Amino acid sequence: MSTLQVELVAADRKVWEGEAEMVQARTIDGELGILPGHTPLLGVLVEGEVRIKTGGSTAVATVDGGFLSVDRDKVIIVAEAVDASQIPA
Amino acid sequence: MGAQMRVYRQRIRSVQATKKITRAMELIAASRVVKAQQRVRESSPYARALTRAVSAVATFSNVDHPLTTESEEVRRAAVLVVTSDRGLAGAYSSSVLKESERLIGELKADGKEVTPFLVGRKAVAFYKFRKREYADEWTGFTDQPTFEVAREIGETLVAAFNRDHSEGGVDEVHIVFTRFVNMVSQEPDVIRMLPLEVVEGEEAPAEDDVLPLYEFEPSAEQVLDALLPKYVTARIYNCLLQAAASELASRQKAMKSATDNAEELIKKYTRLANQARQAEITQEISEIVGGASALADAS
Repeated sequence: MSTLQVELVAADRKVWEGEAEMVQARTIDGELGILPGHTPLLGVLVEGEVRIKTGGSTAVATVDGGFLSVDRDKVIIVAEAVDASQIPA
Repeated sequence: MGAQMRVYRQRIRSVQATKKITRAMELIAASRVVKAQQRVRESSPYARALTRAVSAVATFSNVDHPLTTESEEVRRAAVLVVTSDRGLAGAYSSSVLKESERLIGELKADGKEVTPFLVGRKAVAFYKFRKREYADEWTGFTDQPTFEVAREIGETLVAAFNRDHSEGGVDEVHIVFTRFVNMVSQEPDVIRMLPLEVVEGEEAPAEDDVLPLYEFEPSAEQVLDALLPKYVTARIYNCLLQAAASELASRQKAMKSATDNAEELIKKYTRLANQARQAEITQEISEIVGGASALADAS
């Protein structure tokens, strides 16, 4: 199975970059899960947690709104402030 | 010690003290400018992602947004002037102010009113001294701007743009800032911020890099609604960061030439002091010789 290329970008730096099997985030419309092969999507995020599943573990980052774009298995999560203190570098 | 020599010695000491100060400022600016450049680079993934998203929405939907719509009649324009908080940076602030004066003159010649917004103490001092009106000011951060400040400025400008003319709203927003070209050259520049023209960043997308057909969640309008103010803020943040890098680079340059001048002065005064000392010795010798021969003649 292919994987997702995930980028977590804050206003002043790129917070995290890596591969993942699944990304979960909360948009205005509700919870959203993204697996490889998802159609291109631009969604507006609300304040909350973004879960990035890699292998058996799940990394959790907190964003303060922002947006998410999916394009050919590349997921970019953009927010003004990202708290990724729980993600191992 | 002769009076002349003492004066020269004092001058040398005072210039030496100045040189120490300017040298320290030069070194501080040199180390900070590297960090400032790094901050410009670090902010680019965010700006790139935003620009790409905004152009995707703009390409695939025919949504008209107030922020992108040209006003039919432009009656009032806002000008954001980005200067520094502190001086001793050569012509940095004054060249931005000169550029802004030129822009304001042009806008006024077109029959528009101008509302200035100021960044940096130098701009505020310039307006206060001339007793001119301005709408808002932000000071105290110019060599290290944070994203929060950019957001505050962005919100203020977007709010002014969205307000009606009768309530003091503006129909155009311009930014005057200093573009950081490289370490030796920084140029004052004007960009029209609002109404927005979405421009791809420095790097145009590759030919085969076609924007995919995006789905929008919840809808194209709402995505654009959320993205555009962020886009404005990101552009302002980028302007502030470039201005900060330019400020530090021109301070470094100014302080370097101040240090060089101080060295030159020290050299000059040392020569003059030596000359004065030599003249004094010569005079003493001729006095002694004169005195001795007078004594010899008398006996």
